[in-house]
Amino acid sequence: MKPLPTETPGTGRAGAKPPGEPRRVGYLYVLPALVVYAAFLLWPLLHGAYLSLFHWDGLTVGTWAGLGNYTQAISDPHLRGTFWHAAVLVFFYAVLPCCIAFLLVAVMSRSRPRGLTFFRTVLFLPQVVAMVAVAVAWQWIYSDHGPINGTLRLVGLGGLARGWLGDFTWALPSVGLIGTWAEIGLAMVLFLAGVQKIPRELYEAARVDGAGAVREFFAVTLPGLRRELSVALTLTVIAALRNFDLIYLTTGGGPGDATRVPAYEVYNRTFNTGEVGLACAIGIMIAIIVFAVTAGVGRLVEGRA
Amino acid sequence: MRKPFVVLTAALVAVSACAPGSGGDKPKPKAPSAVSTDIAKAGPVTLTVWDQEVLGGQNEQMEKLNAAFHAKYPNVTIKRVSRSFTDLEKTLRLALSGANPPDVVEANQGYGIMAALVKAGALVPLDPYEQAYGFRKRFPAGLTQLNSVTPDGKSLGSGNLYGVSMTGEAVGIYYNTDKLTKLGIKPPTTWAEFEQDLATAKGKGETPIYLANLEKFPAIHEFGVLLGQTTGKDALRNLVFGRGGAWTDPSIVQAAQKLADWAKNGYFPSDVNAGKYNDSPGPFAKGEGVFLIGGPWFAADLQKKMGDKVRYLLPPPAQAGGAPAATLGGPGLPLVITSKSKHPDVAAAYLNFMTTPQAMDVVTQTGGLAAVAPASAQPTTAVGRDLSAAWKTASDKDILVPYLDYSTTTFLDTLGGVLQEIIAGRKTAQQGMQEAQRDYAAFLAKR
Repeated sequence: MKPLPTETPGTGRAGAKPPGEPRRVGYLYVLPALVVYAAFLLWPLLHGAYLSLFHWDGLTVGTWAGLGNYTQAISDPHLRGTFWHAAVLVFFYAVLPCCIAFLLVAVMSRSRPRGLTFFRTVLFLPQVVAMVAVAVAWQWIYSDHGPINGTLRLVGLGGLARGWLGDFTWALPSVGLIGTWAEIGLAMVLFLAGVQKIPRELYEAARVDGAGAVREFFAVTLPGLRRELSVALTLTVIAALRNFDLIYLTTGGGPGDATRVPAYEVYNRTFNTGEVGLACAIGIMIAIIVFAVTAGVGRLVEGRA
Repeated sequence: MRKPFVVLTAALVAVSACAPGSGGDKPKPKAPSAVSTDIAKAGPVTLTVWDQEVLGGQNEQMEKLNAAFHAKYPNVTIKRVSRSFTDLEKTLRLALSGANPPDVVEANQGYGIMAALVKAGALVPLDPYEQAYGFRKRFPAGLTQLNSVTPDGKSLGSGNLYGVSMTGEAVGIYYNTDKLTKLGIKPPTTWAEFEQDLATAKGKGETPIYLANLEKFPAIHEFGVLLGQTTGKDALRNLVFGRGGAWTDPSIVQAAQKLADWAKNGYFPSDVNAGKYNDSPGPFAKGEGVFLIGGPWFAADLQKKMGDKVRYLLPPPAQAGGAPAATLGGPGLPLVITSKSKHPDVAAAYLNFMTTPQAMDVVTQTGGLAAVAPASAQPTTAVGRDLSAAWKTASDKDILVPYLDYSTTTFLDTLGGVLQEIIAGRKTAQQGMQEAQRDYAAFLAKR
């Protein structure tokens, strides 16, 4: 075996920099990726931010609006409502799935149930199915003749049966629960992977110390899964905030304004009502919120600055 | 890393630093004398046409007519791009503001699409072609009005003619003949009879009217039919075209109140706001609902599922045999010519060809409701004959009122949402119409 070459600073070729120091040629290496990134992400982002400063219908010459579109997005009660709906969806898309996934993982990490792989696959399946298929299936599940109402009627609770997606109170939670169903698998797979790298000895130690299931979870499992929790929360919160497909397919924002979300308004204002500037402003606001939430999650959960 | 990023950002901003949408000049309309109708001499021309005729017999209708046009003028090749209505209307703005738009497109009436395109100078007015083709003479005045916009795009219903429609639409009432027989009632001849029938149906455990209103807009049809009973057609047209009146006028609120009463009486299915509109023919054919309010778009599907058990009538008048009540409808999606088309004369000849009585024969044969009288063809189904007769009455007696959502660019959402709330009993008729009026007044103020 050849010994590794040892380099001492100052003894290399003339002019050569120590390894690890940035060199200009580095930019050349990132260039291909940077060009693609700039053309398809940075440029549209900046152009969108630029368009958000205009009143523009997409056809005629736009007029300068300054921050007018932003103040409109915040002051218009309908548009402000969409951000509140997004917050509700964050609960259903991120908080609830993570809690349920923790529960599942806690059970699975204590006792290895039979057919674990099977359950894992089934729970992860919603992540693989196309959102269109998910939406159509759930539309049927929630419909007047669907299984939910069928079950309610069967057990004598027919009075509670309703067209869930058309109900002003229940439409948003109903859509939210579809998100919960879809995101549990993602959170669970992340947590399961994380649990496997927590040393067995910690669990044994906890048990020797007389910790019960709950205590063990908070003392060992949860701290061991901080990073996974951070990733899961980031991904699911983003999924909640950019939710468009599910709303578009299941309720179209209705009934009334009950399930309107910012991402749906971006589409609606651009293509239906011709308020491209306002739509861009809402889009930029979503981007800012996503950045802020992602940074916040990193700080809070992982404790990094 | 920071410095190159700043440079990059600055470069990107610099490139984009001009007002969006600038750089397109409005074309000058042609003088009638400059119009050429000699299409055979136009040389080899490819005409790109975007249409949304994809459902049922519509596809066959377009293919047949395009082939016939090519047979008549072998030098003209039609390049047809067909997509669903939603896809077409959502992409029109982008397509027509691009450098190389199609020559002829189907553009929806109203402020959202047609008026916006006119305002941007993206459409060719058809008036210079009047002398050659007589588009205005071909259609009743009420129908040309709906395809007309002032050149500044600010007012619908007057100004230049921008499009011609191949089909017609009138919102009426479909009924299930089996159900009527079972209930022991006849097709209503007056509005009072119709309301009596609804009560009878409810009393005998039927759903009087099938309505699936998930998408918000469907209930606009019910509301429109009710408005036709409480409000005159001129007042309604003025209201929709922004020429006078308010959504809080007593007769308008009265119609909204009637809708609320219908919902409260249980005249609609229990999951009315949760059902999908396009699925309506399914449940209705299976016997959910005695009546179904809608336009010709349901006919083919209903006919296929129910045969001669489904019939159609216009909303009945106040008195038997009296003047027909106003209802929603108008010409179908119009064909329009884009300003950037290199062959506007060929495109105009195409528009002419597609609306001749011979073309109307093809429309009728393929199951469509022809906008003007066909040369010889007659519909072959019972419901088709009902629709055809109703359309003749509607255009002869001039009873059609434009779809209410033409009122403002956001009205489909506003009014649709309001009607959902009225049906759910969350808003009174008065509160709902006040909200609609707020949107309407705001739109008129900035128009």
